[in-house]
Amino acid sequence: MSESTMIFLSLLVPLLGSLGIALTGRSPLLRDSFMIASAVLVFLCVLSLLPAVQAGGRPEAHLLTMMPGLDLAFSVEPLGMIFALVASGLWIMTSIYGIGYMRGAGEKNQTRFYACFSIAIFAAIGIAFAQNMFTLFILYEVLSLSTYPLVAHKGTEEAKRGARIYLGILLGTSIGLLLPAMIATWWLTGSLEFQPGGIMQGQVSPAIGSLLLLLYMFGIGKAALMPFHRWLPAAMVAPTPVSALLHAVAVVKAGVFSVLKVSTYLFGLDYLESLWASDLVMWVAAFTLLSASVVAMQQSNLKARLAYSTVSQLSYIVLAAMLASQLAVVGGGMHIVMHAFGKITLFFCAGAIYVAAHKTEIQEMDGLGRKMPVTMFAFLLGALSVIGAPPLGGLWSKWHIMLGAVDAGHAIMIGVLLISTLLNIAYLLPPVVRAFLLPPPKGTPAGVEEAPLMCLIPLSLTALGALLLFFMADPVRALMWSVFVGRAA
Amino acid sequence: MSLIEHLPILVVLVPMFVAPLLAAVPSRGQLPWLIATLTSLLTFVVAIAIAAQVLAHGTLTYELGGWPPPFGIGLAVGPLSAMMLLVITGASLMALLWGPASMNSEVGHEHQSLLYASWLLALCGLSGITVTGDAFNIFVFMEISSLASYVMVSAGPKRQALTATFKYLITGTVGATFYLIGVGYLYMMTGTLNLADMAERLATVSSTAPVLVASGFILVGLALKAALFPMHAWMPNAYRFAPTPVGVFFAACSTKVALFVLIRFDFLVLMPNLPGHADMLVSVLMPLSVAAMLVGSAVAIFERDLKRMLGYSSVAQIGYILLAFSLLSTAGLTAAIVHLFNHALIKGALFMAVGTLVLRTGSSRLDDMAGIGKTMPLTTLAFCLAGLSLIGVPLTAGFISKWYLIVAVLEHGALGWMLLAAILISSLMAIVYVWKVVEVAYFRSPPDNNTGGSPAQRSEAPLGMMIVLWLVVAANFWFGLDTSLLLSLADMETTLLLGSRR
Amino acid sequence: MTFLGLYNYWVFIFVLVVGLYAVLVKGNYVKRMIGLAIFQGAVFLLYITMDKVEGGTAPVFLTPFQPGDLYANPLPQVLILTAIVVGIAVTALGLAISIRIKEEYGTIEEAETREIDRQE
Repeated sequence: MSESTMIFLSLLVPLLGSLGIALTGRSPLLRDSFMIASAVLVFLCVLSLLPAVQAGGRPEAHLLTMMPGLDLAFSVEPLGMIFALVASGLWIMTSIYGIGYMRGAGEKNQTRFYACFSIAIFAAIGIAFAQNMFTLFILYEVLSLSTYPLVAHKGTEEAKRGARIYLGILLGTSIGLLLPAMIATWWLTGSLEFQPGGIMQGQVSPAIGSLLLLLYMFGIGKAALMPFHRWLPAAMVAPTPVSALLHAVAVVKAGVFSVLKVSTYLFGLDYLESLWASDLVMWVAAFTLLSASVVAMQQSNLKARLAYSTVSQLSYIVLAAMLASQLAVVGGGMHIVMHAFGKITLFFCAGAIYVAAHKTEIQEMDGLGRKMPVTMFAFLLGALSVIGAPPLGGLWSKWHIMLGAVDAGHAIMIGVLLISTLLNIAYLLPPVVRAFLLPPPKGTPAGVEEAPLMCLIPLSLTALGALLLFFMADPVRALMWSVFVGRAA
Repeated sequence: MSLIEHLPILVVLVPMFVAPLLAAVPSRGQLPWLIATLTSLLTFVVAIAIAAQVLAHGTLTYELGGWPPPFGIGLAVGPLSAMMLLVITGASLMALLWGPASMNSEVGHEHQSLLYASWLLALCGLSGITVTGDAFNIFVFMEISSLASYVMVSAGPKRQALTATFKYLITGTVGATFYLIGVGYLYMMTGTLNLADMAERLATVSSTAPVLVASGFILVGLALKAALFPMHAWMPNAYRFAPTPVGVFFAACSTKVALFVLIRFDFLVLMPNLPGHADMLVSVLMPLSVAAMLVGSAVAIFERDLKRMLGYSSVAQIGYILLAFSLLSTAGLTAAIVHLFNHALIKGALFMAVGTLVLRTGSSRLDDMAGIGKTMPLTTLAFCLAGLSLIGVPLTAGFISKWYLIVAVLEHGALGWMLLAAILISSLMAIVYVWKVVEVAYFRSPPDNNTGGSPAQRSEAPLGMMIVLWLVVAANFWFGLDTSLLLSLADMETTLLLGSRR
Repeated sequence: MTFLGLYNYWVFIFVLVVGLYAVLVKGNYVKRMIGLAIFQGAVFLLYITMDKVEGGTAPVFLTPFQPGDLYANPLPQVLILTAIVVGIAVTALGLAISIRIKEEYGTIEEAETREIDRQE
């Protein structure tokens, strides 16, 4: 099959999957197997495009032309490839986990839930493969809208309030800031196509370029740059698989992916470096990174703590993009992968703890390690990966970002990253320490009582993935480098 | 002479002659509706044929009774007129096809043949305005359509329809009379009523003061008719208390016809020949349109009645069109024309969705829509999708409009960025008021002891209504993807009106 | 002299403003309709004034037509005939609606109908 067919298939399968899920809703078994089958199929479709991209190819697919210079078109380049692989691969895990969690927690409206889930994956892959900013923007909005029912899933007042903040900030920033930035770009350069080296050099004056950069960076609300980060903690009311999807796979990664894509393919790193606004955004990112870590330390709810941790980690990637150095961007791309595996493991564990032990607060987790050894061990691995400690994958991405900071002449950012790492340790390890080292509260029955296998297997696999990525980070790095040199070494 | 040459006059004559016949038809059953619908279908087909002709050969002209202009009355159908004809006849057909169930529930059968006769007269008047090339003729057609509209609005089921009609009648008549005064002054200065001829002769008129006065009268008169802020007070109530199908028809096209006349007058006649006119337009229209965008949307947020909410939303949307128009550039005119068309699609779909809800719930109050998403899922979904188009989400017709509007304002430097901010604030407010409905419809549980029967008894509207509603919703997406027809018409028109000046 | 010579136009403006005042200020529906009729009448006056030629007559009386004959422009008169018809239709409709309002509300004062609506 041709490459463009495979691109369309990667997009079509989750859509059809969503339809199939909606139609087979009466029979949970059929529905669930349908969902997993489509998840695997999508992953295979995406994977089949990998060799071509590694060899330096850029498979393309053109859907239609809306207006002169405005196309709905897709083109697979290394950065998008990485994001698509992460999203579709982790979707399999999330699907399996979701089945276990939703059954274990006895949630209602599962069919609507899974159907919206599939649409969200469709949007994420579409974002990854978007050939131009316009296509990306459309799918970005689809992603916001399709995840709204997921966040509001419980239908309680609290859930609705959270979902309103979620959608309000995401739609507000995208229509209020991103859309004008995009239209202005089109008007100034006559194109919205993602091109290596950017399209703005020589076409847009630095003053306007700086303004556009601010609009883009704050407009991509999914990257959760302060002050537009509030939606992320607000979305914590969602069931845990959603949190995993939102905060590790689809939504936030779509945000930082867009940031990287806009920086490298619309602005171009050279042009970006010449803008005063890139320094400003870099400092905002540094501020977000540190302050979100501090806030995370004060959260007693495990999911809320993880949410603020995500806000902080996303800023690593924004920071990497704003350093405007190739090394840092490579690090940023790698961080998409590394953080995805680490954070999804942590969320899976939080959900497993909720399903098996009905606990959400950190101070309740004393001695939990004896009851749920596998879960807590996976949590430890995930935490270490997010912290960036060896022997886990998170080390490499931070390493590259720091090298990039030196390269770009912003060595002070190394200090920021180091402080943040210390803070990471301070807020991610206490739950583990409590679970393993403190005695359980009196009157707790002894013995192992883990979450259902459907939950346990995915979280073990993602933890293992985080571990393996330490040893096998090179393919990811090579793929990221090919953004700049054309083909993977 | 073949039939093709008579197309421009046919679109006016057909409804004009059917209307009195229809009034004589016994007012029983669905016969009046059927006749009106068939007539409307015929005019729609004629409008399509006209559009095809215009696309192929450019502006069509027609001499009434064989008298050449400027002595006789000439018809001139340019690209914009062809588009407006499509909008008007299409809106009429759409509302009629959608409406019988709603009409039967609101208006007694004994009044229907007269009501539909008025409908055809309104259709005749509105189409007439778009095809004629004569300034006084525009006044006559405007009054035909307005008189018919007053009659239709007053037929609404509640007695407030009468007071709403009275307000509408007063405003409409004052507007039309102002227009007439303006035309009188122009006639005094040029001695002609034919628009094209007037433009030529104006160039040689030495004293421009009366012309300036005329342009002021015409502007105010048409602004009253178009419900431009702050002259919009008549509109929301007229929409709310008219029979719902009439509301659909008007929401989609009636005020836009006044905007159309304004565009024709200002670009064709006044601007090229009147020094200072452009500045006057900008300094008057631009602030008003920005105020309309902001105030209309803001009031819509706090409005508790869905039909009135859509009325205020229209106030804001008319602001968009006039803002684009007041930029006086090719891009601005394109944006105005594009939004004239797209807004008809958007508001038509929204009003039909609301009308379908009203048919089942018997009320257009927001609070009575609680939990309607469960009992009427398809209608509510249609409302949401049309709402997305109103907001301007990509892939919808509304997005195309916003795109062109923003591109047009960006040409104006620092001023453009401020206008951009106003557009965006207004769009964000549109999100709020559409979302307000979504939340009530989906996430508020229906009241238990509802007087309109238990929620479970409510169900979807008749199939016919749903088909029309969804066709229009689909059109919102179709014209969000395929812009070629609209853009080629807009291109032709801007070349005609501005081409020579650039 | 031009100031007084244009007295017809001053009358037009005066009548126009009187009509508009009644339309905008009066609260009684019938009085507002009267105002509207006065307002429209002013415009008829404008049109008739502009076609008047000093010493001219209607062109039909000038058969056979000779060069140098003075005649008034018939077109504005034709136009105003049409406008009068429109005006009659509007007035009739407005008064009919006033009657219906009286039937439904029992009053033709705007303030009172508004009060009745509010109480519902």
